[in-house]
This record gives sequence, structure tokens and C-alpha cells, in this order.
Amino acid sequence: MTTNATPLSAGAPGPAGTAGPAGTAAVSRSSRSSRKAHKTARDWRGWKFMGPFALVFLFVFIVPLVYAIYTSFFQSRLVGGEVFVGWDNYARLMKDAQFWSGVGRVVQFTVIQVPIMLILAAAFALALDSLRLHGMRFFRVAVFLPYTIPAVVATLMWGFIYGSKYGLVGNINDLFGWNLDLLDHNVILLSLTNIVTWEFTGYNTIIFFAALTTIPRSLYEAAAIDGANEFRVIRAIKLPELKGSLVITIIFSIIGSFQLFNEPQILQAMVPGNTITTYFTPNMYAYNLSFLGGQANYAAALAIVMALLTMAVAYLVQWRSLRGQMK
Amino acid sequence: MTVSLKPAPVPRSRSQRATVSRSRRGILYGPNNPKKSITLTVLAGFFIVYCLFPLAWLVINSTKSQQDFTSTFGLNFGKSFALFDNISEVFSYQDGIFGRWLLNTVIFVVVGAGGAVLLSVAGGYALAKFRFPGKRAIFLIVIGAVSVPGIALAVPQFLLFAKMGLTNTPWAVIIPSLIQPFGLYLMWIFAGQAVPDELMEAARMDGAGDGRTFFQVALPLLPSGIVTTALFAVVATWNNYFLPLIMLKDQSWYPLTIGLNQWNKQGGVAGGESVQNLVLTGSLITIVPLIIVFILLQKYWQSGLAAGAVKE
Repeated sequence: MTTNATPLSAGAPGPAGTAGPAGTAAVSRSSRSSRKAHKTARDWRGWKFMGPFALVFLFVFIVPLVYAIYTSFFQSRLVGGEVFVGWDNYARLMKDAQFWSGVGRVVQFTVIQVPIMLILAAAFALALDSLRLHGMRFFRVAVFLPYTIPAVVATLMWGFIYGSKYGLVGNINDLFGWNLDLLDHNVILLSLTNIVTWEFTGYNTIIFFAALTTIPRSLYEAAAIDGANEFRVIRAIKLPELKGSLVITIIFSIIGSFQLFNEPQILQAMVPGNTITTYFTPNMYAYNLSFLGGQANYAAALAIVMALLTMAVAYLVQWRSLRGQMK
Repeated sequence: MTVSLKPAPVPRSRSQRATVSRSRRGILYGPNNPKKSITLTVLAGFFIVYCLFPLAWLVINSTKSQQDFTSTFGLNFGKSFALFDNISEVFSYQDGIFGRWLLNTVIFVVVGAGGAVLLSVAGGYALAKFRFPGKRAIFLIVIGAVSVPGIALAVPQFLLFAKMGLTNTPWAVIIPSLIQPFGLYLMWIFAGQAVPDELMEAARMDGAGDGRTFFQVALPLLPSGIVTTALFAVVATWNNYFLPLIMLKDQSWYPLTIGLNQWNKQGGVAGGESVQNLVLTGSLITIVPLIIVFILLQKYWQSGLAAGAVKE
């Protein structure tokens, strides 16, 4: 039922008004053919509702993106102002060791953090879905709470807890005579992994749990009749169901990790000296280049390369299954 | 137009009854009502402790004076109970700027997230219920744009907004907040499931225009979708850090997130006053409203996300 015009208005002038069975038959036939004609006609009415979103989207996404591509081919010079330089910014980026060290760091972060988070989330979702937990409702809400905490507050809390001076880690060191330092540059990436995992595991849990609840429970009864134990049910029924939402959560987690910015940027003020450099992640590098270094053009080129890298990785992780959702 | 669908009575076959074991107290256990497991509860409990312990730490340390904070054990209360002193100091420090930050955050949320919900609901309805030229392109562009790093947009957004004189005004934060791709996606799925074509057709037969059909037929069918979309838009806007960081210079326009970070950084600067007790108490004040909203509206967002998962 996608054609919505009133059938009679657009139809060929039928013999309306003629009474009798022949007349009604003619009307219904003409209305059917007009309906068919409308299926091929362009129906613009959806734009009445899509329009506002599309307009703002154009203004805050598309125009800036096109502008970023444009500016990435320029350089601002003391003499001559904005000068067209072709691919110079990109060529410089390819040889920029600071940029690539940042890329390497977020890749390393992604490889460690995303699997830990998603495995924890899937395990917790399966525990919720098993219906074997005492206090289900409490668990469901409590696991989601960290997601509602702003990155700023999450990072400040963990930053204080990590602190070896008067943080919790410092307390523990005093107590046991240890020398733990979770803000040391050797482990800072793992400390960040912990913060991000804390923030987003609950969110992914709820997504997985929602996917699991769509399985009809009669299936479990049938499996029980066939003598399948719980692990068998998880392997044969639940995990395959999780696969669909897994693709989406992986893609969004990778996108998030590649854009890592808030947590290291906030933590920077809480760690000694150069533990978190200005080029720690590509996003931090771009931010510092454009807002503190006055190199907006170079930062634009950097941002575009990162966007392409992110999209390439997302595509590798099965972009197609997302597209498959389009009817 | 409501068709009541009564669930068919489930026949209890003999074999099915065999899978249901009866406990000594006479409770029926089965795949749909399994025996609760203490081991599993304890294991899951460990993870919940991990989720809640930083929040507990925050609550405990919000009750300490600055002196107690630096001198007493982190998971224990201080010598004095200073929560209320801290709260009143948070609101009076630096001429009460915190109250201004709170107000700014509320403005950003009401206008930004509120507008985002309107745009998402209308857009999702269009995607679910109409075929129109460019629909496929919209889908691909929106999904593609999500993977563009925020910074790739932020730099040119900043330059464009600066040219239009919008930087350092609330609009620089509000306008980009109006686009929530996840909200559009949720509403698209919701409208597809909850608004029957037949009902729209019937409204049209009765002479209702597109606008009236949307407001009087479709919207009343979408409460949990709208609440879910609104909650996620509120979280995104309330917690926004990056956008206000680059767009706002004047601290009287700061939201809570930027303000708190500024207070925290000021202790690290030479000659700056350390006000960690205010940072912590301010953080607590920042997170409490959202936690309350999520607990109160849990029914909505949980069923909302469940519906969103159907399509995945």
C-alpha cells in the first residue's frame, strides 16, 4: 500500500453517474488502472517529513564536509594568504611520523578494547537472557548506568581513582607498600581501555539483550524437548541471533575508537608531563593542529584521510549487511 | 480499527510436560522459568560492582572537604560530612557560574535534543511510510556520514559558523545537536512497525491531509519510540563535550561538561586553586538528573531498544 492518492481524482474520466452494475464495474476498473499509473509516478510527499532533517543535515554535515575537502587543497601562507597547493597536504601527511604514531595507537587501542568490551557485553546479555539471575531488573538498569555518565565525568572519576598521590591507587600503594602507577606512559593506553570499556559495555549489553529477546521463547521449549542443554541452546540459537547486532556494534565501536578524543584529552591534564602527547590520537592531533597550531588546512586533510580509513575498515567489517537493511 | 489478537491457548502435550521439572516447593521450572542460579548471580554481580564502584567512589568523595579528600582513604568517609557545604560552594564559587552552566546545559538539551526528536520522528516516518525520490541516497549518505570523524566536520563547521557569526553563541552547539542519526534510525524502524498502512489509508479516505495523518494517527502510536529517541538525544546533548569545546570561548555560555573540566584543570596551573571537592560534587550534580530519568523511564527505553533490535 504505497500509492496513496485518492483513486478517482487522477483516473480517466470514467462513466461515473451511470447507474447499474456495468457502471460500478467500470469505475472499479478505472480506479485500479489509475492506481497502477501512480505507482510509476514520482511521489514527493515523503519529502514533507524528510525535508527538515535533510536540510539541517545538509547544513551541518554535507556542507562542512565539502568545505573540508576544498580547504585541504590549500595552505595559508604569511605572504599571499590562501594558496592552492594541490595534494601537498596529503603528501606531507603520508610522511608525518606523528600522525602515523597516532593511527597506530588507535588501531592498537581498537584491537584490545573492542573485543574485551563486546565479549563482556555478550556474556552479560546472555546471563540476563537466561532468566537465571536474582534481581533481573536491578541488573538490567545498573549495567546501563555508566552509559548515561558524560565522558568528562567518567574520565575525571577514573583519573582521580588512578592517581598515585591521593587517588585510590595511591591509597592502595600506601596500604601494601606497592608502587602501582596506572598513569605511566607504558600502561596509559590500557588505563584508557578500562575507562572506555566501563562507559560503553552496558550500552552494548542492552543492544545484544534486545536482539536476544526477539527470539521466540517457544524455540527454547522445543530445544528442551529435544534434550538440548543450555550451552547447546546458546551455541545453536542465541549466538547466531547475536551475529546481526554484532556487525553493527563492531562497526560503531571501531568508528568510536578511531575517533578517540574526549578521554585522552581530559586525562591529559591529570597525567605527568608528556604521557599524553598533543598527537596521541589522530583526532587530538587534528584538534591541536587547527585550534592551537593554526594549521586548519593540514588538519582538514588529516580528518579526510581518517574518515576514509574509518570507512574502509567499516566496509571490511561488512558494510554490506548494513546496506541489506534497505528494502 | 483495533483487532484484538488473543493468544491461542498453548496445548500442553505430554512430552512438553516432561521437560518441566517440579521442585519440592511445587514451583514449576522450565525453559521459560528456569531455576535462579546463585553462581551466575554472583558472577554477574562482580561486573555490576565494576559498573557501580566508580559512582560509589564519587558519592563518597563528594561528601569530603578538600582537605579530607587529599588526606583520607578513598573508599571511606572523611572526618567531616561536607556534602551540603560542597553543594552550596559549588553554586556560589566564582559568582555562581555553575548555576549558569547548568542553565546552559538545560537550554542546549531542551532546544537541541527537543528539535532533534522532532526531526528524527518526521524523518523516520518519511523513510518508513513513503517511497520518494532520493530515499536510498538519504540512507546511504546518513550511514556514511556517521563514520566521518567528528573532527573532520568540527573544523570546517567551526570555520563556517565563524563566518556566519554563530560561534560563541548557543546556536553553534544547538544546530549540530539537531542531527541524531541513531534517532532517525530508531524512528524509522518504529514507524514501520507501529503505524499500519491500513490505518493511514483509512485516515486518508476520511479526508485527512498528510499533516493531520501524521499528527493525529501516527504520533499517538509511537510513544515508546519517541521516548527512546528523546532519551538518547538528551544523553548525547547533556554529555556533549567536543562541540562546545571548540565552539564556545566565553565561559558564561559553557555547558556543565566544559565547566567541570575547566575547574579540574585550574588546580594544575601554577597559582591555581585546587578545588577537587567542587569538581567531584559538581560531577555528582551533573549525573544525578540523567540517572533519575533513566531509572524512571526504564520501561520505555528497554522496550524501545528491543523494538529497534528487530530489524537488526
